[in-house]
Amino acid sequence: MSLELRDIRKRFGPVQANDGVSLTVEAGELHGLLGENGAGKSTLMKILSGFYTADSGEIVLDGRTLDIRGPGDAIEAGIGMLHQDPLVFLPFTALDSFIAGSPGGFVIDRRQARKEMMELAERFGFDLDPNAPAREFTIGARQQLEIIRLLWLGARVLILDEPTTGISATQRERLFETLKQLASEGMSVIFVSHKLEEVEELCSRVTVLRQGRVTGERELPCPADELVELMFGKSVVIQTKEPVELGKPVLEVQHATLEDELVTVRDLSLSVREGEVVGLAGLEGSGQRALLRAAAGLLKPRSGTIRIDGRTPRTYHEFLDVGVHYLPAGRLEEGLLQGMTITEHFVLADESTPFFVDWDEAEQQAAEEIRAHFIKGRPDSNAEELSGGNQQRLLLAMLPDHLRLLLMQHPTRGLDIESAAWVWEQLLARRHDGTAIMFASSDLDELLMYSDRIAVFFSGEVIDILDARTATVEQLGYLIGGVRAAS
Amino acid sequence: MEAALATILAAAAPLVFAVIGETITEKAGVINLSLDGSIMLSAMAGFATAFVTGNLWLGFIVAALVGMAVALLIAFASISLKLNQVAVGFVLFALTRDLSSFLGNPYVHQRLAGVPHLPIPILENIPFLGPIFFQQDLVVYGSLVLIFVAYWFIFRTRPGLKLRAVGERPEAAHARGIPVNRLRYLYTAIGGALVGLGGAAFSLDMKLGWSYQHTLNFGWIALAIVIFGGWHPYRAALGAYLFGALQIIALKLQPIFPGLSQVLPSMPFPIMILTLVIIYTDWLKRLADRFPSLREFLASEPPSGSGVPFEPE
Ligand SMILES: Nc1ncnc2c1ncn2[C@@H]1O[C@H](COP(=O)(O)OP(=O)(O)OP(=O)(O)O)[C@@H](O)[C@H]1O
Ligand SMILES: [Mg+2]
Repeated sequence: MSLELRDIRKRFGPVQANDGVSLTVEAGELHGLLGENGAGKSTLMKILSGFYTADSGEIVLDGRTLDIRGPGDAIEAGIGMLHQDPLVFLPFTALDSFIAGSPGGFVIDRRQARKEMMELAERFGFDLDPNAPAREFTIGARQQLEIIRLLWLGARVLILDEPTTGISATQRERLFETLKQLASEGMSVIFVSHKLEEVEELCSRVTVLRQGRVTGERELPCPADELVELMFGKSVVIQTKEPVELGKPVLEVQHATLEDELVTVRDLSLSVREGEVVGLAGLEGSGQRALLRAAAGLLKPRSGTIRIDGRTPRTYHEFLDVGVHYLPAGRLEEGLLQGMTITEHFVLADESTPFFVDWDEAEQQAAEEIRAHFIKGRPDSNAEELSGGNQQRLLLAMLPDHLRLLLMQHPTRGLDIESAAWVWEQLLARRHDGTAIMFASSDLDELLMYSDRIAVFFSGEVIDILDARTATVEQLGYLIGGVRAAS
Repeated sequence: MEAALATILAAAAPLVFAVIGETITEKAGVINLSLDGSIMLSAMAGFATAFVTGNLWLGFIVAALVGMAVALLIAFASISLKLNQVAVGFVLFALTRDLSSFLGNPYVHQRLAGVPHLPIPILENIPFLGPIFFQQDLVVYGSLVLIFVAYWFIFRTRPGLKLRAVGERPEAAHARGIPVNRLRYLYTAIGGALVGLGGAAFSLDMKLGWSYQHTLNFGWIALAIVIFGGWHPYRAALGAYLFGALQIIALKLQPIFPGLSQVLPSMPFPIMILTLVIIYTDWLKRLADRFPSLREFLASEPPSGSGVPFEPE
């Protein structure tokens, strides 16, 4: 069985998202699809899965040209897609999310469906409770639910759009094993990513997209530099961090007890100095988010104190006034407003906006920011129309100029390497003004590369604070799993 | 006691139709805000038809068609033209209300024999339950059956799951090959027809006759009960019966407190609003956490995709 995409074109208004893309995937192949942010990867995959219809082009499966008018046709042909944000129904039970859209009789036979769901889950070692609402699932578990659903529907081609953002390291391992197992059984897998290492680890072949076109196809292994050049049209130099003189402490947390929905952090003490970057490592929900939220004034400590420049602000507004800024992880949920344009976002973010907005000028300013931050979009693009990576750039572009303390959760999640390097260059430059930075990340390389110190969380406790210059990935990995270094 | 309960069951029957109809529509992701007007217009149309043709059941059919037509207008405006559902619904409310007064003028205070009582043999003799449930008329039986059928359809059948899917997360439904906008049309129409039947249940049965603004405010209260009902047919029906009970109580109290006769009839409305406020406090949620089997019944979140138009690209 082989799948072929021929000369696919798709346009969104002025944006040519896919500009004549051709791609071949054989049965049993793990095929990587690489490309920078906004390259058109998601668009191409949504066309293949029938979510969008192409303006022109052909999809050929086993020598037969498919007439895909909607997702139903694609599923029938055996093409299933796992979307960047798993499309499950949050308030429904996992079982109902699993069943929805499946063929069958008028009355649902839940017992039979549950049996089949559990069999599939067991086969891949997924631990899913069919009666729990999907909203209680982690992103990784939602993915697992979608994967077995697609297999249940008879998928022979499985598309995964950036499946590793937002899942834990163990879930990632589990996912990779599953995909390898499926490929060995003859499944064609298309793995969309902009993480080179992952594609190298998993895939046997890779196609690279740039600005809607295919810039190359390579057998793996292949030198990373070559792929980077195909992705960005140039080689990317990652700046090493230049040292900055550290000043007086900006953030001082003393004996704080923090409690949020996930964990209780007890007796936490930590300080961050001017010009310093402190990384927070740990599994999701180990307390990093609680600390960030507390330092931003969004979570009141049960006990202990939080000082900013020696002062103790109380409300969120007072924290903002003393120069604290928090960038949460959920882009569309917490950071951006759906249905509002880029211009409107900048107007909202700008404190000095007068009562009457001069929209012409606002639009010009937005256009400038778009240029300055290399956002692929127009002043009148809505936030949800931007590709994932560009949404992140917009969030960063809206940061105020002068800050004392910048708090971030996964600052480069979903960004390609070039964008990530560029974002960090911008962030690190702020250190010269004496800005202190504290960020949480699940990317160990990012933590090691950009932090001065790394605080490792394990179930609500900081079990170690490492010097980033001497720490290693292995050491971090063990600590995150709760294994203290043998001393 | 039996008599009071039987009266409540009967008095609430029109609301039950409207509330279940709107629940179905909103579950699919469309909000029909014209309810107060469309109930009134279909009540008037049903009465006029029955009066002119002498056929009661034809009156019900026409009322259902009128309710469906108004709902289809909302569907067309919001799904195909992508206009704002709230704005369209409100305009249609005002339009249908005025239309009912204008077109209904010749039928004001005309007389007509209503839906006949139809006790069910044998069952009517069951002590206690018989007088409550089985000495009613076809409209009341219909309303009772509708509650269970609606529940069964929404939560136990495959089309019902699709209905919930398009209202909850249209992109996810679309990705599963479910025709989002077609189903939204379908269930808006079905919901509208039920609302129309509710209208006829007023003018041909529970509040027999036609007068100026005959069903005033029942549409608004139905919209509120849908929310109170957490988009669940059983709870929505419970809301309708609670409102029915409040009405009966107000009616019974009137001779006792003659001074309050101006206020009492409208008391059920603020009391209903108060109940809504209570619902939105945490305790329902906590109750649901304690008894997982009740979660479906106690959940009170609106379908996330409700009122949001869906464009695949
Ligand atoms: N629904 C839409 N409406 C308008 N423009 C869109 C839409 N979807 C995508 N685009 C535009 O098409 C281009 C390609 O987007 P796409 O989401 O395919 O990129 P991507 O390669 O998946 O990027 P990322 O790695 O950031 O997810 C972008 O410029 C994006 O703004
Ligand atoms: Mg994408």
